[in-house]
Amino acid sequence: MQIDLTLIPTTLDAVHAGLAALVLLLLLIQVLLLSAVVIAMLRRNKSAVVIEQQPPAPSAPAPVVPKQPSGREVTEKPAKIEPVVVREATPDAALQVLGLLQQEARFIDFIEEKVGSYSDAEIGAAARVVHEGCHKVLHEHFEFEPVRQEAENTRVSLPKGFDASAVRLTGNIVGDAPFTGTLVHRGWRVRKIKLPKLAEGHDPSILAAAEVEL
Amino acid sequence: MNDERKRYAVGIDLGTTNSVVSYVDLQQVDGEKVAVDVLDIPQLTSPGVIGDKQQLPSFLYQAHEAELAESDLVLPWTSHPDAIVGELARQLGSKTPIRLVASAKSWLCHSGVDCRAPILPVQAPEEVKRISPLQASLYYLQHLRDAWNARYPEAPLNEQSVTLTVPASFDPAARDLTVEAARAAGLGNAILLEEPQSALYSWIQASGGQWREQVKVGDIILVVDVGGGTTDLSLIAVTEEDGNLILHRVAIGDHILLGGDNMDLALAYVLRMKLEAQGRRLEPWQIQALTHGCRDAKEALLSDPTQAEIAVVVPSRGSQLIGGTLRTELTREEVDAALVEGFFPQIDVSERPLAQARTGLTTIGLPYAKDARITCHLAAFLSRQLNATDELQGFNVPEQARFIHPTAVLLNGGVFKAEGLSRRLMDVLNGWLAGDQAPVARLLEGADLDLAVARGAAYYGHVREGKGVRIRGGTAASYYVGVESAMPAVPGFPPPLQALCIAPFGMEEGTEAELPPYEFGLVVGEPVRFRFFASTVRREDHVGARLDYWSEGELDELDEIEVTLPVEQHKAGEVVPVQLAAAVTEVGTLQLEAVARQGEERWKIEFDVRGKAGPEAPTREDGDAIPRQPGDSEELPPQQQAACPAQIEDIARAVDDASEAS
Repeated sequence: MQIDLTLIPTTLDAVHAGLAALVLLLLLIQVLLLSAVVIAMLRRNKSAVVIEQQPPAPSAPAPVVPKQPSGREVTEKPAKIEPVVVREATPDAALQVLGLLQQEARFIDFIEEKVGSYSDAEIGAAARVVHEGCHKVLHEHFEFEPVRQEAENTRVSLPKGFDASAVRLTGNIVGDAPFTGTLVHRGWRVRKIKLPKLAEGHDPSILAAAEVEL
Repeated sequence: MNDERKRYAVGIDLGTTNSVVSYVDLQQVDGEKVAVDVLDIPQLTSPGVIGDKQQLPSFLYQAHEAELAESDLVLPWTSHPDAIVGELARQLGSKTPIRLVASAKSWLCHSGVDCRAPILPVQAPEEVKRISPLQASLYYLQHLRDAWNARYPEAPLNEQSVTLTVPASFDPAARDLTVEAARAAGLGNAILLEEPQSALYSWIQASGGQWREQVKVGDIILVVDVGGGTTDLSLIAVTEEDGNLILHRVAIGDHILLGGDNMDLALAYVLRMKLEAQGRRLEPWQIQALTHGCRDAKEALLSDPTQAEIAVVVPSRGSQLIGGTLRTELTREEVDAALVEGFFPQIDVSERPLAQARTGLTTIGLPYAKDARITCHLAAFLSRQLNATDELQGFNVPEQARFIHPTAVLLNGGVFKAEGLSRRLMDVLNGWLAGDQAPVARLLEGADLDLAVARGAAYYGHVREGKGVRIRGGTAASYYVGVESAMPAVPGFPPPLQALCIAPFGMEEGTEAELPPYEFGLVVGEPVRFRFFASTVRREDHVGARLDYWSEGELDELDEIEVTLPVEQHKAGEVVPVQLAAAVTEVGTLQLEAVARQGEERWKIEFDVRGKAGPEAPTREDGDAIPRQPGDSEELPPQQQAACPAQIEDIARAVDDASEAS
């Protein structure tokens, strides 16, 4: 192939027209990508700020939105903080379990009563009701199993990469896995939850209805 | 019946206090290993809350319109249920008994009331809407059906093979009503199975083919099924045919309204006496809570022999739990005295239960067993069925035998979770056997006491596909109509009653009995009634046999049966000669028809005619079937009086026919 850099084409041929179109296209794509990256970065900064404010920290209950004047602060926030995802527990399920405990075990009656003036025997009699009822509720609606099957107070060994949320290390934590130690508590894990369903419009905050005998 | 759509065999135990649905996936069956599952039944467990439970309490609550918010009464398949049934009904009813419908099943077998008439709840004041026992059963079935269809929408229940269990002692009328309720719920395909048989099927299923090692040819298995409200007894004999074990249900017991609920109540009364002796008066709701507490305490005490006593606590109703709680304890001696000695006493096999009081004359109520001694009912049953195996090969009753000798026992019902009771029952039975120098009976192991009946029913659906062993039996009674004998009139004495056999013992499903060689003249256009009898002991009577005499207890009088010949085909007042034909349907109900001599005309004979004379009508359910006293006819309501003279003017003609035939 001959290359002659002095030669200047006098006519616009198809090859050059094509090249020119390609250049334009690439330029366009570059502009689009850049703007997308910029927008994404802006958004990310914003959301990080919002999440940080979401946990209802009791120390800062004041309205936070007015404090936020412009996007200037947004850009100042360091973008490297990972967003914290905090799940909000639904109150319905909690109310439902409380309701079941009250219904079967008189749980709230028992806890809310002042025990000081009663003898141990009287409290013991009532505790039977609570114990039996709680046992019934727990076993009817939850299936448990111990996290570790070994007997307590025996030596167990934890391999590298053990599930730290299921097994908690305490005491003299030094060195690397595998760790060997004494099983103090076997732990509990819920295998299955079977909660009753609620009718639409049912108010679970009524844990026990007042009772009027006619 | 190899219907491709039948994916499941479903068993429904429509119990007196709890109903259970179980099922077998017919496509997953592997030889003798048949997996039976129990359906979780969604039901309201408190207002607005829907929980899944394996048992649907057989209770129905007629709520006041101000009592519950409409939005709280929803089920997964409907926002407007027709009735409140199940757990919520039981709970509400325990605090408001006047609106609670309970034990509808026992009412179905109660002579003297019309099961299609709105009579429940019996104790309700005027303004509470009442429903009939049949309707209550229908509501339970509808709930079970809807629960199934919600779970398996692609396999609706009416397309599956459905088996409904009934007590073995249900009379033909009660079986008919059960089938009627099933039809009304759209389950026209449902067939009936006796509960003790079902329990045995469940045992066979659970053994996964191992049952053949636990029973042998010549065994007589006694099934004792003590449910919440009823006690049901059956005998099943084991024979052999071409090397295969065959099971024959040879006998069933009487309908005994006595069960686990009676026992809990008995204990509650023991504790009430104890508390009252300490000067504490109990209110009705406290007694109810005591009954509830006694159930758990009983099981704990009777299954653990080292426990001397268990505390029973009645919590206060108010929010002060500790202050108002009543505590007492149930001791081993009390349980032994009240239950073991009260319900399962050591008695001689020759003892008999106290005679059942006549019912229906004074108040409307269920005919609860007067004698609570289950061992006594058992002794009567076994003695009565001494010759139950006579027609089978290989069973020889020893000369000196006082009762039939069971060789194995299968127990069913939550009551027997208390080991102390099952042990006592076996001890008593083995004591009797030892007295007859017979070998001791063994307890068949591995029965699921709570859910066996429903599980067995699902397994039976699988067996009906032609797989696995099937218990043979047919009808467990022979049936008779009462005819007056032809004899010269004697002033002051009614002609003695004879019983004419129209259906022999052991008729299989889908068979028809031959026509008896007697004709009755029926008056067209008038309802004609027959007295109707059943016998669970007379196995040898053939169709057409006429009994002049039978010993006490051999025949039980059931409710009258009735037939009306429509006027369309005949002139009113005309007398049409008919024969009585008996058949057992595929479903398992007895069907009686009047067949005209000329032509092919057939008229159905109705069983459940008790209500037509009004619920207050006097009933004759005295089991001894003594010919009626002269004064008796005066008690009859006018309608029956009209019917009776027309009943049978047959005898001369019948005798003629018989002589012609011979």
